[in-house]
Amino acid sequence: MAVFKELKKGALISLWFVFLTFPVMVIKVDPIARTVAWRWEKALYMAAGTFIVYFLVQFFMKKKATRQETNTDKEQHLSIIHRILQDPIQRNILLGVIAVAALLFPQFLSAYQTNVMTTALMYVVLGLGLNIVVGLAGLLDLGFVAFYAVGAYTYALLNLHFGLGFWTVLPIGGLLAATFGILLGFPVLRLRGDYLAIVTLGFGEIIRLVLENWGEFSRGPSGISNISRPGFFGIDFDLQASIIYTYYLMVLLVIFTIFVVNRLQDSRLGRAWIALREDEIACQAMGIDKRKTKLVAFSLGAFWAGIVGVMFAAKTTFVNPASFTFLESAIILSIVVLGGMGSIVGVLFGALILILMPEYLRALSQYRMLVFGVILVCMMVFRPQGLFPTIRRTYTFKKKPHTPCTDDQTANS
Amino acid sequence: MDYFIELLFSGLTRGAIYALIALGYTMVYGIIGLINFAHGEIYMIGAFTAFIVATVLSIYGFPVLAIVIIAGIAAVVWSSSYGYTLEKIAYKPLRYAPRLSPLISAIGMSIFLQNYILLAQTPDFLPFPKLIPDFAFMEPIAHIVGSTDLVILVTTVIVMVALTFIIKFTLIGKAMRATSQDRTMATLVGINVNRVISATFIIGSGLAAIGGLLIASHIGQINFYIGFLAGIKAFTAAVLGGIGSIPGAVLGSLILGLTESFATGYVSSDYEDVFAFSLLVLILIFKPSGLLGKATNQKV
Amino acid sequence: MKFTVSGKFLSTAACVMLALSAPALSMAGDTIKFGIAGPHSGDLASYGLPSAAAAKLVIDKVNANGGIKGKKIEILQEDDVCKPEIATNTATKLVSSGVEVVLGHICSGATVAAMPIYKDAGILVMSPSATSDELTYSGKYPNFFRTIAPNAAQSPAMVDFAINKLGFKKIAIVHDKGDYGKPLAEGAKAYVEKSGKGQVVLFEGITPGAMDYSAIVQKIKESGAEVVVFGGYHPEASKIVSIMNKKRLKVKFVSDDGVKDDTFIKVAGADAEGVYAAGPQDNSANPLALKAKEEHKAAFKSDPGAFYEGAYAATVVMLNAIDKAGSTKLEDLKKVLQTEKVDTPVGAVSFDEKGDAIGVGFSMYVVEKGKYVVVK
Repeated sequence: MAVFKELKKGALISLWFVFLTFPVMVIKVDPIARTVAWRWEKALYMAAGTFIVYFLVQFFMKKKATRQETNTDKEQHLSIIHRILQDPIQRNILLGVIAVAALLFPQFLSAYQTNVMTTALMYVVLGLGLNIVVGLAGLLDLGFVAFYAVGAYTYALLNLHFGLGFWTVLPIGGLLAATFGILLGFPVLRLRGDYLAIVTLGFGEIIRLVLENWGEFSRGPSGISNISRPGFFGIDFDLQASIIYTYYLMVLLVIFTIFVVNRLQDSRLGRAWIALREDEIACQAMGIDKRKTKLVAFSLGAFWAGIVGVMFAAKTTFVNPASFTFLESAIILSIVVLGGMGSIVGVLFGALILILMPEYLRALSQYRMLVFGVILVCMMVFRPQGLFPTIRRTYTFKKKPHTPCTDDQTANS
Repeated sequence: MDYFIELLFSGLTRGAIYALIALGYTMVYGIIGLINFAHGEIYMIGAFTAFIVATVLSIYGFPVLAIVIIAGIAAVVWSSSYGYTLEKIAYKPLRYAPRLSPLISAIGMSIFLQNYILLAQTPDFLPFPKLIPDFAFMEPIAHIVGSTDLVILVTTVIVMVALTFIIKFTLIGKAMRATSQDRTMATLVGINVNRVISATFIIGSGLAAIGGLLIASHIGQINFYIGFLAGIKAFTAAVLGGIGSIPGAVLGSLILGLTESFATGYVSSDYEDVFAFSLLVLILIFKPSGLLGKATNQKV
Repeated sequence: MKFTVSGKFLSTAACVMLALSAPALSMAGDTIKFGIAGPHSGDLASYGLPSAAAAKLVIDKVNANGGIKGKKIEILQEDDVCKPEIATNTATKLVSSGVEVVLGHICSGATVAAMPIYKDAGILVMSPSATSDELTYSGKYPNFFRTIAPNAAQSPAMVDFAINKLGFKKIAIVHDKGDYGKPLAEGAKAYVEKSGKGQVVLFEGITPGAMDYSAIVQKIKESGAEVVVFGGYHPEASKIVSIMNKKRLKVKFVSDDGVKDDTFIKVAGADAEGVYAAGPQDNSANPLALKAKEEHKAAFKSDPGAFYEGAYAATVVMLNAIDKAGSTKLEDLKKVLQTEKVDTPVGAVSFDEKGDAIGVGFSMYVVEKGKYVVVK
């Protein structure tokens, strides 16, 4: 009986989808030749497809429900990565494996693969930067790409006009982006939640539009080409070598960023950010300077974006405003949320998945972005907290009073 | 003087379309506190449905009036259905999830819907049939205010009045207001919150479809990407007016439309959007919750 | 200090890697690898797919006749969706898979971004469509050639037509702020000012994809312009002409190659009538162009799309150069390209020092009864 009911529900849902997709899927008009093509077979595919998908979803939901019933043990809920990271021996083994893999990656794979990986690593750092603003401090920023653009154009322009090298501009780009972070931060201090989101979005668009329109300054939409690649004590690399060199630079930058962000998270400032995210008023009541904390979050987040911007300009040797659209901000934000807000491991995986996926989905050619959208929705629906959510710091009181507290055990995660 | 009036009307027309889309954003936000990023896509789907239905009917030789009515109804029906289904798939499972998760789900949906139309139909621009005829009585002032401008403005006013009526006097409207004030309390007094949310999505999507139909017949072309920019602008307008407030969305949209129009007319269209966004930033600095938004004091 | 040490190590590692991979790169295979790059998916796919089709048709023919000097030609096709940052990946992928010549890219921005990568690898690139002046005039890319005339030739063609042929003085120049339209518009403005025969009464950029262009149309009207010169693509152009008609504005519309596309006429419908556009010179009398068109019809049962002839010509020219030079080395190929005239669908083509095709220019077209016809 239950099976019959399920079948009926499935059939109704597929019928609904057939109706829903009817005009777009079935009818194809040619307004010039004035012909109508009725593609009825598509309705059939749609019905069958929906029916199957419905039962797959039901199956997974059931499985998820039963799994949740059986294991209530709290430890089990931690993802495998977190469990490994908590055990120092396993962690070292894992890090060793990753380090070796990262080091050998370009030796075994082609320059193209290395290039794609470099892009993915750039997004890791961007994600970590935005993670400070959104994940830790809880300030929703939809215009993060603006700082990325500031970094990229800083290098492009200084290189073009003054011939400054990559290493000189790297800190300048970061600092300039941080300054822009503060500039943006001041007016939006009072704003909350979604108002903040739209103002940051507007800020991002303004930066892009200025770059696009102010041709004398930025060369407008034609962009700036022939930017020098990163140098190494005056050695000029050819293409192959410089791709690999850039890759290694990026690996180092990722390690450095993870190190800094991890330390920041555990610092006084990091705790202030988390307090700010959880409850602004309570946070103020605890004596935290809200203005300063917010501004520092904005500028530190922007700093990383600026650094990656310089890397980006050096890697592609070409910048134009079209690379810094809202969609880019949305993707960086997706990385942070998909991975699990505030979680470094999460951002790492979020970036690798989101950036590498479309590259490897190229096999699907035109269905690439469609599948990308579906995956984004599915990941959120089935794991709304993100892939590797942060573990909330908990302080367990032990029964025996003489046991020393083990807080720093969890703090390392 | 003529120039000023021309710019005024082109700004109002633009504002009216923004308003039709912005209402969807603001209503959904008012009820469940979510930025429905896929709303622009609903507007695009409305325009596409209208395009398909209208072209088919005109090929089969229906009279223009019948085409307008049937295409309009089809656009509203299908857009609303998409809005309803969208909520069930992408937002309902996330109702108690972390605040940003539905936002990402919405971005995913937006990408999906764009590519769905691109693949099922075409990536090319398509000519939208001329649904609004040139009225003879408008001819003397056609160089200032076109027939389509007039139809857009009149339709928008009618739709606004109807919406106000629904919100103020019908049962579902009352339920919506109650839900937006306090969802838990609304449940306690016996309101089916799920149904209210569905109704909000249906009404918001229907309005967007009307906007899509009107603007497509105004500029005479559509493609799968028209929803993105329109969606962002309408969202900006909704925030400008105070997100969650229905009169605010209309006011914000008109201000945004007029700003863009006058900025183009008297300054330069190069910086049209810069003006629009700068205005937004300025207003929010002085009124952090938008023009007509309620300034809520956070309590501890 | 730690950093420099690891940097040294890395660069050593990189050099070792390079030494290992170098033989693999220069080892000539038993096929000639022919790269095709351009937008093959997304909203600009209609600009890129016809070129890929043209190359395939030519190469299939050559392969059926036994290839070049016994070697078959192998096609490697990569999508760049017209985005500069993706184009660099595309180029890297092509280079690392060992292509010897590349047809592409299609969009100027993407081409400019990708060129340094090909240049470093010493690979000949020929585009049927990238019109950016920088590609040839800057002298930065000795490996770049194209079978389309550059913007530097297009803006004067448009302006000369508006001033000399149509006899207008007051010109409004509008562009779409894009990497194609804006330089074109700037070139047109400079040319008008230099010629001294006309006056630019308005110079404005519009936001592509915006909902409506009523305000800019009013502004054109207010400026008292007699003719609009537009730099950009067809979606914006068709919106502008349709609103101009709605506002009963009787101003001529002269536009560029991005508008000389049948989609423009399809979308703008009756509003398109009387619109002028510059386009690659008329080849309809060229028997080779007709033959290329027939081949496309036979293979795909449809009319070829944008840049088809140019891509066909580029493929023919490149294969001829490989054949004559007997190698795929850039220097050898260049010598052939610059000395030898080859009959192609776009005329008998050879190339100048900069890499622009000699004898390829622009014709002006006008929309008459739903078709682009050459203005005599």
